[in-house]
Amino acid sequence: MSEQFEPILVGFTCNWCSYRAADLAGTARVKYPPNIRLIRLMCSGRLDPAFVMKALAEGADGVLITGCHPGECHYLEQNYKALRRFLLLRRTLEQMGIEPGRIKLVWASAAEGVKLAHEINTMVEEVRAMGPLNWPKRWESNGFHATVKEQEQEVTA
Amino acid sequence: MTEHTNPEGKERIGVYVCHCGTNIAGMVDVEDVATWAARELADRGVVIARDYKFMCSSLGQELIEQDIKEEGLTRVVVAACSPHLHEATFRKACANAGLNPYLCELVSIREQVSWVHTDKVAATEKSKAVLSGGVERVIHHEPLEPLHVPIHPATLVVGGGIAGIQAAIEVADAGYPVYLVEREPSIGGHMSQFDKTFPTLDCSACILTPKMVTAGTHPHIKLFSYSEVTNVDGYVGNFTVTIRKKARHVNEELCTGCGICQEKCPKKVIDDVYEAGLGYRKAVYTPFPQAVPKFPVIDVPNCIYFQKGTCKACEKFCPTNAIDFQQEDEYVTVQVGNIILATGFDLFDPRVVSQYGYGRLANVFTSLEFERLTNAAGPTNGEIVLRDGVTKPTSVGILHCVGSRDRNYNNYCSVICCMQSLKFAHLVHERTGATVYNFYIDMRTAYKEYDEFYQRVLEEGTLFVRGKVAEVTDAARLPQEEGKLIIQVEDTLASVQRRIPVDMVVLSAAMVPRHDAHEVAQLFGISCSSNGWFIEKHPKLDPVATMTEGIFIAGCVQGPKDIPSSVAQGAAASARVLGRIQQGEIALEPVRATVDESKCSGCRICNNLCPYNAILFHEDRMVTEINPALCQGCGTCVAACPAGAISGTCFSNEQIFAQIEGLMRVNFQHEKLAEMA
Repeated sequence: MSEQFEPILVGFTCNWCSYRAADLAGTARVKYPPNIRLIRLMCSGRLDPAFVMKALAEGADGVLITGCHPGECHYLEQNYKALRRFLLLRRTLEQMGIEPGRIKLVWASAAEGVKLAHEINTMVEEVRAMGPLNWPKRWESNGFHATVKEQEQEVTA
Repeated sequence: MTEHTNPEGKERIGVYVCHCGTNIAGMVDVEDVATWAARELADRGVVIARDYKFMCSSLGQELIEQDIKEEGLTRVVVAACSPHLHEATFRKACANAGLNPYLCELVSIREQVSWVHTDKVAATEKSKAVLSGGVERVIHHEPLEPLHVPIHPATLVVGGGIAGIQAAIEVADAGYPVYLVEREPSIGGHMSQFDKTFPTLDCSACILTPKMVTAGTHPHIKLFSYSEVTNVDGYVGNFTVTIRKKARHVNEELCTGCGICQEKCPKKVIDDVYEAGLGYRKAVYTPFPQAVPKFPVIDVPNCIYFQKGTCKACEKFCPTNAIDFQQEDEYVTVQVGNIILATGFDLFDPRVVSQYGYGRLANVFTSLEFERLTNAAGPTNGEIVLRDGVTKPTSVGILHCVGSRDRNYNNYCSVICCMQSLKFAHLVHERTGATVYNFYIDMRTAYKEYDEFYQRVLEEGTLFVRGKVAEVTDAARLPQEEGKLIIQVEDTLASVQRRIPVDMVVLSAAMVPRHDAHEVAQLFGISCSSNGWFIEKHPKLDPVATMTEGIFIAGCVQGPKDIPSSVAQGAAASARVLGRIQQGEIALEPVRATVDESKCSGCRICNNLCPYNAILFHEDRMVTEINPALCQGCGTCVAACPAGAISGTCFSNEQIFAQIEGLMRVNFQHEKLAEMA
């Protein structure tokens, strides 16, 4: 692996659009960096802001939230609710000292594999430029208990 | 294969890593992933981790079944392709071995790892991460039963073109009720506008009309012409559809279709739809003589009575008193189990390609206009003449790929234009003896007997110029160009610029999605591709289903295609629907939200989040309840509940939190950085 900082992103995808966009990117062999790890939800409306906090607390450097385009939600209008929560969450995180660019909301339809790959690319580069978030470590230095697993072992891949 | 015993954990998890031939193994060190899982995830309950060439093969599935029985596995994680492809396969394998299928988790290391990444080390690491996420998640899975939903035997077909007609007839012939909804006053669609159909040159009306009549008179088909779907509620098996029957102002019970009203109507209107603007119709009209149903409609904006308050010529002469000026739009609600969308295409408007002069130069025609010119029932009775209506052309230029295969408009190939242009060339030859030029980029005649037709047209003497036309102009430079349309083109085979004077230019315009395709897609809860065509469930293996259960697509609504393919798709969609109806019920994923009443504080935050009105509030007990029959499982209320009282099956908070922990367990880069610091 290269010497540069490799951020880890957690991506939340909607079962009906962006997860299928990710599948499509795969089928079409569109390349994007391996820094993102995707989680499938039924809808971006399922995204509990606590999921984002959890991901960051577990050591993610950024979180990408993806959903259907406005007006194209499989469940009629739940992506609007995701948008509302996202905007509020980003403000909250900002007040906690986290750069707003570390969480991002992107609309990607099932046909937009290339767009999703492009968005992942962009976000990986943006977060790489921001550097590691190291939330668990920062908590430790502030006297809080971090939630990282203690039994983690060094494994050479 | 590595085995470990699980000393303390409750669950016994089996991990299976698929090579998928070299699809995964070419980029991911699958053996390393399996050994790693057996070693590092043993404390999480992994008792066995195997890698295998093709997990989805019957041998791969048997491997899982055998381990469940012999090793007493209580959970299974398969790292392979997308769950949308093989989740059902592995769930079935688990069920075969007596394990509840919902205790199986499929993690994607093909579509989301090996196919999209280029660094083998990083791809292997990511595979371990997503596998670890799957293992953590599956611990929190619960045994579930699928939901069984009854299928209403009626079917809605939207769009009465050839694809919709075919679909409707197939379903109705099997003895099940069909509602066929058509926006225009008559079914028939674009095919009813054509004169000849390639490559056999069958008369379009001769082969279509019998089908229209069958659809119109079929005892199991209820035809709603001049109608639109305005609302769709419910889900697969049980849709409630509202259809707006636009006021015809003709009483269908009394009208005999004699046509006297059309004869007597004093108002002539340019027919933009059926005659493509070349011909006239009356203000009370049927679009064409063979229209199904035979009842005319009154075109309100053009009717003298509706605009000025006097006339009523049609009413005066109607022998059965069928004219009803008071008639209003009627809304009809029907229950259906499945829906087939066959709403067709629009023709690309070549006005925007201003260098071809359509709309500015009189004798530039669109392909649909030309179809009407050649049609024996058309405005010129089949005479191919210039816009003046009398002059026969002595030379005709036909331009392929207008608005398609062009990065300025549409990248896709419209499929039919090459064959359609060849048909035009043949018809011009046959009927006028004029010189015909075809200007093409590539000749695409790939289907049964299509290339043979191309050879035939070549032999007839049509001239083919390979090149994209730069301009059509009436600015003459030479005496022989006076009064002609000059086609400026680079002949790419001869590498010369040519100026070819002709009398008539036909633009083979692209097929484009209906102007309201996005609204229709939203209405039925399906998606459009970036071009605007409706997206099929799988481009190869499931071309007529959509990602929304119970909604099928057929014909050009899915993408440009010719008549044989549209008919085939209409029949295919109906076969899928009939299969569903025969089964009587469908098994759905048990993804639903439920409320733990003991935790519900009655805050009502969730109450207005549900678009399906599945959330009820009990004022007496101050608790919320979710109706499982209405819940679609989006999970928005689960995410919103501040008390954590709502849980969502298959996507519970515990499952997602665990998955995040699992995903982040593998974090080599960070560890390396920490070491360096």
